[in-house]
Amino acid sequence: MAKAYTPGLKVTNRITHEVRRVLPIQGKVLVEKGQTVGPNDVVAETFMPGDVTPVNLSNMLSVPPGDVAELMLKKEGETVTIDEPIAQTKGIFGMFKNTFKSKYAGTIETISPVTGQMILRGDPIPVRVKAYISGTVKEVLPGEGCIVQAEVTFVQGIFGVGGETNGPIILACKSHEQELTADLITPEMKDKVVIGGARMTNDAIKKAKQVGAAAVVSGGMDDEDLRDFLGYDLGVAITGSEDIGLTVIVTEGFGEIAMAERTYNLLKSREGHIAAVNGATQIRAGVMRPEVLVPLTKDELDLEAEPAHTMGLLEPGRPVRIIRDPYFGLIGEVSNLPAEPAVLGSGSRARVLEVKLVSGESVTVPRANVELIEA
Amino acid sequence: MTSIDLDTINVILATDCGSTTTKAILIQKVDGEYRQTHRGEAPTTVEEPFADVTMGVINAVTEIQELADRKLVDDDGNLIRPTSGSEGCDIYISTSSAGGGLQMMVAGVIAEMTAASAKRAALGAGAIVMDVIASNDKRRPHEQIQRIRALRPDMILLSGGTDGGNTTQVVQIAELIAPAKPQPRFGKEYRMPLIFAGNIDAGPLIEDVFDESIELMKVENLRPVLERENLGPARDAIHDLFLEHVMAHAPGYDKLMGWTDAPIMPTPGAVGNILQRIADQQNINVVGVDIGGATTDVFSVFEKTFNRTVSANLGMSYSISNVCAEAGMANVLRWVHFDMDERELRNRVKNKMIRPTTIPQSKEALIFEQGVAREALRLAYIQHKEFATTLKGVQQQRTVGDTFSQEIGGQTIVNNMTLNLLVASGGVLSHAPRMHQTAMMLIDAFEPEGFTRLAKDSIFMMPHLGVLAEVHTRAAVEVFARDCLIYLGTNVAPKGLGKANKPCFNYEIRGATLNESGTINFGEIKLLPLGPGESAEVVIEPVRGFDCGAGSGKRIERTVHGGTVGLVLDGRGRPLQLPEDRVTCQKTVGQWVDTLELYPAAERDAVAV
Repeated sequence: MAKAYTPGLKVTNRITHEVRRVLPIQGKVLVEKGQTVGPNDVVAETFMPGDVTPVNLSNMLSVPPGDVAELMLKKEGETVTIDEPIAQTKGIFGMFKNTFKSKYAGTIETISPVTGQMILRGDPIPVRVKAYISGTVKEVLPGEGCIVQAEVTFVQGIFGVGGETNGPIILACKSHEQELTADLITPEMKDKVVIGGARMTNDAIKKAKQVGAAAVVSGGMDDEDLRDFLGYDLGVAITGSEDIGLTVIVTEGFGEIAMAERTYNLLKSREGHIAAVNGATQIRAGVMRPEVLVPLTKDELDLEAEPAHTMGLLEPGRPVRIIRDPYFGLIGEVSNLPAEPAVLGSGSRARVLEVKLVSGESVTVPRANVELIEA
Repeated sequence: MTSIDLDTINVILATDCGSTTTKAILIQKVDGEYRQTHRGEAPTTVEEPFADVTMGVINAVTEIQELADRKLVDDDGNLIRPTSGSEGCDIYISTSSAGGGLQMMVAGVIAEMTAASAKRAALGAGAIVMDVIASNDKRRPHEQIQRIRALRPDMILLSGGTDGGNTTQVVQIAELIAPAKPQPRFGKEYRMPLIFAGNIDAGPLIEDVFDESIELMKVENLRPVLERENLGPARDAIHDLFLEHVMAHAPGYDKLMGWTDAPIMPTPGAVGNILQRIADQQNINVVGVDIGGATTDVFSVFEKTFNRTVSANLGMSYSISNVCAEAGMANVLRWVHFDMDERELRNRVKNKMIRPTTIPQSKEALIFEQGVAREALRLAYIQHKEFATTLKGVQQQRTVGDTFSQEIGGQTIVNNMTLNLLVASGGVLSHAPRMHQTAMMLIDAFEPEGFTRLAKDSIFMMPHLGVLAEVHTRAAVEVFARDCLIYLGTNVAPKGLGKANKPCFNYEIRGATLNESGTINFGEIKLLPLGPGESAEVVIEPVRGFDCGAGSGKRIERTVHGGTVGLVLDGRGRPLQLPEDRVTCQKTVGQWVDTLELYPAAERDAVAV
């Protein structure tokens, strides 16, 4: 039987999921192996070296760089406060001395005899890493952080903006095909993860931000609306650090496109549960897709995982989504995988597959233009 | 690595470990000449779950093994060397751009002088330059320090000052880098490599600035005097540190380094290497372009000076949205000769960005994507021209004869009129369904003037040949000439602008297979058949105001070479201007499309998909 491999997004009712929570530099881990943590618990913290301010004392004191050190009232390693005198000129016969007061607070790190430059370092900046999801600490990474493990319902989106957040799931749309419009966003959605259906409109995104929703998840959105929401045209898909007060995730793509029915039903089944959401997307080496994680409660741990297909195996009968025009967004199942390459409308030769669409129509598309969806 | 007796080399195996694909080629001596005989490819295995680059290498080589019916890998998964009958290879070499390639930060005292030279050295070595820090980069010192802190380069190149000159300013730059404590991208334990290639007198002072968190390497000044660059030692140091640090931390590379007979080179560095050698050997000016999904690399050799630029966010998949944003959708659409809905197009572009591996299925999608490619190439070439300049800061002696000369330092050395060969590589150019499309994308984006030969890298073999040239120059040059390039033909285009439908130039062509004469009007383009291996004598007589290389209105005669596309007589003028009115523009571009047979209807109608 013909088979091929293609990537697909993960959408599953139950999976053992691990998240690596590490500091950017060495620090202190605050949890122990086996400990139960909540999404907002701090698991590790450290202090980044403070901001650095260079001050050219040679210029300020009008002396050669080599003379700066002997004019210092404060030495390397000492702390200074704003307006505190830190250097004084010798004056003329001990008179007319000029005193230089610091404009910044910090610790004197170095005083260069070559340039006469003083490096003043500010207070250390605290960095804290939270657990992100409810779960158990599976492993402590000494000095770095930990790995949190949980049984979760897992939905991978295709694109998102905004960083990590969490909140209870609330449904705004009645079906996976319903457009998410502003009138469906209500004040009780504050701090919640709002689940839409098909395309979310610009007004709906703005309203969600206005009511203080934590995140919005829907099938698609228009690029024009994304540009309007972000305030700039996104050139490269590296996101997650936007400071926009709302995490937005699209599960299928850009344009008029409904959320996959299975994804919608899965999220619907988890309504009211706390979800951890991250819009961070990176489509370069080391692909990162946005995600919605809904940890299972103790009562739900007997929920059986759905049977999984071999990852990435494209074979007749497998449900797929077409991800490129002219059939973008259409769903069907693989009906044939011809071995020989075919000539496309573009004139290129490529390996293709036949897809029987939900409508009953059969179309032929390049294998590169489909992705698997879990049955 | 062992010493190699070049005369006994019969079989050469070369791989290029890219971010997504590892490409292997086999070169064999056939009738006394080196030829590329087989190729294979496999997914790169740098990332989890494999995390060993040699697995991808073995998979790609295994494909060759099957195709060539030659055993290259033994039962333990090692390459068989040297050759023995129908087994093994004599030399194995490799390039790498896996894991995002080599990422560097460079710093210098003056942005236009030592910092620009440092950037040239880094780019020439095959690096991606993340940022350039300079005393006059218009950022305040604390902003520069914040930036250094935010970057996570693989290494840093610091330059500044001429030998024997002032030491203070370069030390000042070092004093910004030291407290920022830049963190390396890979390996928390390893020390950040920093190459100092500045004023030789500042060396000891620089040593005092950095603590043990930095691994300092001092090399010759890359700008010993303002009038001269000395980039070689800095480039060599970059290559050494690339192997010692970056590669050593990438999974499986220690094993791969043990296999190769020459140091592994960064892929773009190897491409630059082979282009330089070819330009040098044939005494020509060359421009090469490699357009990828995320970046576009442009290489040029003009008057023996090599330059390379990387346009980091101009590419056809990951960065396609950025191309549209930077060029403007109107500029992309001017290459499309039919109506398209802009809102839908914007969504399509983003969908390509988030699903970068999809390919155009319809003719319309292909034409749009090739329009985007023209703009990406055009923008990348503009950036290249701005970067590839004569040295700035050079004092010029001006005589009475120079009184009316406007020439100053910092002028671009890229001259389309003296460009002899334009080489294309990268998916959208290499995999275009018709080579005519590749040729027109090159002509529209680069706007070559005078007589320019067009070619494409058949299977992106230049990286392999670039590193091979280091160990076996003859083999590299022979394979380059015979198997690497597919010649598309020659473009003839006078520089200047005129009135539509008025004569631009007269032509007369005499050759074994092509004899024709006539007039090309301004705005007109014509394709004449001149196949691979064929050549002809061409006489061009431009009308006044047009220059084809001999001066305005002056007759010029040249030998031109054919190719898979033929001889293009381009009377559209330079700089190339398209009508601003959308309807007129569509009509004009539509005529060019028909004349060049870019998307023939017969082929289109024959397809079923």
